[in-house]
Amino acid sequence: MVSVRLVDLCKYFGSVKAVDGLNLEIKDGEFVVLLGPSGCGKTTTLFCIAGIYKPTKGRIYFDEIDVTDWPPKDRNIGMVFQSYALYPHMTVFDNIAFPLKLKKLPKQEIARRVREVAKMLQIDHLLDRYPAQLSGGQQQRVALARALVKQPDVFLLDEPLSNLDAKLRILMRAELKRLQKELKITTVYVTHDQAEAMTLADRIAVMNEGKLQQYGPPDEIYNRPANVFVAGFIGAPPMNLLDCSLVERDGRYVLDFTSFEIELPRELGEVVRSRASSSEVVFGVRPEDLKISKGPATSAIKGVVYVTEPLGREVIVNVRIGDHIIKVIESASTASEIAAGQEVWVVLDFNRVHIFDRKTGKLVV
Amino acid sequence: MYRGRRSVVNPYSYRIKRALMKAVIYGVMTAATIPLIMMYLWLFMQSISDRVLVGFIPTNFSIRGWRFLWQEIKFGEVTIPMIWPIALNSLIIAGGVTVFEVSIALLAGYALSRIEFPLRDKMLLLIIALHAFPGITLLIATFYLLHLMGLINTLFGVIIAKAAFEIPMAAWLIKGFFDAIPWDVEASALVDGCSRLQAWRKVILPLVKPGIAAVSIFAFLAGWNEFIFAYTFLFDPNLFPLSVHVLNLIGEFRYVDYSLLAATALFYCIPPLVFFVLTQKYLMQVQVGGVKGA
Ligand SMILES: Nc1ncnc2c1ncn2[C@@H]1O[C@H](COP(=O)(O)OP(=O)(O)O)[C@@H](O)[C@H]1O
Ligand SMILES: [Mg+2]
Repeated sequence: MVSVRLVDLCKYFGSVKAVDGLNLEIKDGEFVVLLGPSGCGKTTTLFCIAGIYKPTKGRIYFDEIDVTDWPPKDRNIGMVFQSYALYPHMTVFDNIAFPLKLKKLPKQEIARRVREVAKMLQIDHLLDRYPAQLSGGQQQRVALARALVKQPDVFLLDEPLSNLDAKLRILMRAELKRLQKELKITTVYVTHDQAEAMTLADRIAVMNEGKLQQYGPPDEIYNRPANVFVAGFIGAPPMNLLDCSLVERDGRYVLDFTSFEIELPRELGEVVRSRASSSEVVFGVRPEDLKISKGPATSAIKGVVYVTEPLGREVIVNVRIGDHIIKVIESASTASEIAAGQEVWVVLDFNRVHIFDRKTGKLVV
Repeated sequence: MYRGRRSVVNPYSYRIKRALMKAVIYGVMTAATIPLIMMYLWLFMQSISDRVLVGFIPTNFSIRGWRFLWQEIKFGEVTIPMIWPIALNSLIIAGGVTVFEVSIALLAGYALSRIEFPLRDKMLLLIIALHAFPGITLLIATFYLLHLMGLINTLFGVIIAKAAFEIPMAAWLIKGFFDAIPWDVEASALVDGCSRLQAWRKVILPLVKPGIAAVSIFAFLAGWNEFIFAYTFLFDPNLFPLSVHVLNLIGEFRYVDYSLLAATALFYCIPPLVFFVLTQKYLMQVQVGGVKGA
């Protein structure tokens, strides 16, 4: 087992900066998820750690050893590719045995370890088949087995669940987590699915356009998004983000949305004014942190119900306030009394409000 | 109104129309094939009889045409040698062309498919463009080069000249097979512990086997059928392959022995025919191209 450290990692393809100045430290035995939209450089980062790509700039350390210039075969890495990348001309047994054969282990030792890992992943009855004769889920287990059989120091997974159907995905998610905790392998897991990231990760690294946006435990990413991108990317439905400007009027602080206004508590207003680079800010609040009231209430804004989207246990209520649509999650029982066109009040909890600097995108408070 | 139209069509007349259509197609195809079939039929009948009537009816069955298989044949001063050493020359040329062409095309095709280098796209275009020029235009230049290398009047000279002309197209063909192998599979082999060369040998090469087979077949047939280079670069009759031998048969007779000529020509056709029947499964894959599976 090792720790992994990326220092100012850059990988350019011509003018495309796939990874741009990435700094990341992954502790021994930690499960880290690289999360970001498609094309943000997650796979490229993983390929650099594996040694398949040579970084344009920056260093990669396993423990304190600089492995940047090592070929993949010397890094003792197990990797699961998005496409699984099984060898079509080999049986399942030979696929799993391949890394061990390359290490020139004795035949019996190879057979024993292949059977052991195959049993752990419940594919021991498939060893004589060829990859083309397996279902997607089975292929995925073979890929996992092949990556784990050589007892790697670092375990890399590139969207391993994205080709499975929804039900199997949730099943395998739990199994992967159990497996990792059991084997205690340092793991880097790439996904664009935030639910996967939230459930699996010890720490999440959110990436966008080749750059690290935030790195921290799931609850921190969720509760204290470092910038507008993370705030908008994490959460379903995403956070309500509205442009506004902070105005000081007769010693009171008001957020001006042009078509309506919100008065801030005094302390909050002072913090925003002292920390933000200008009065131009972004107001953010998660739909689940808002409530609907049918009558006027303190720190509530009046609006009109635009449309409701039932999700079963909960309902997303879209409320039009001025020129903006704000999403609110309400319990189905409360929402059942609400109809489109109705006048309602959206109740804010100022402890659950995020304000970002519009120029830098960074969290102010 | 798709449903309505279907019911209007009389299924009976529809079937007749289909059958008629089929008959016309088969008729045209047969008519087009007949001359070709007739020629081969004549060849066969002539080789086993003294004379052929109406193009394909043999008279006086005899295997005298095939006597080159077990004896030398004398016509006055001219001696026609037994066929076996000549066939061996053809085999050496065909085999040599295959080995050279395939081994170089495999490496070149891999490079064209996988390695980024300057002007790669231009090179791919150039290969196609070059293929449009007939090799015969370079006959004198090739002769000159072989002469410089001291390879005139050697089988090896014919082999490398022929292979050189065939390699670009073979590399292009095999590139398609390499292209069909996902990058991930190769990367996976590297992660699993292969060096680049090991990955090529243990993972990539087995996956392009159908491509290797296809290119080998084409190379073998091209070598077997090669005439111009053998005719131009070889002077020693002991080195002549079958293609040159067949021509000499026609040229050397004052009174052409048609049975002998026909039998020799047939003999020349048999190996490619057998070869083709045995390997056509692989040739079919060229069109489909690439690797099936995961
Ligand atoms: N081999 C490559 N050649 C050129 N551009 C590439 C290559 N691999 C990735 N890219 C580009 O780099 C960016 C990041 O790609 P990738 O790491 O695959 O993203 P992700 O895995 O997050 O979806 C994309 O813009 C992609 O087009
Ligand atoms: Mg990717």
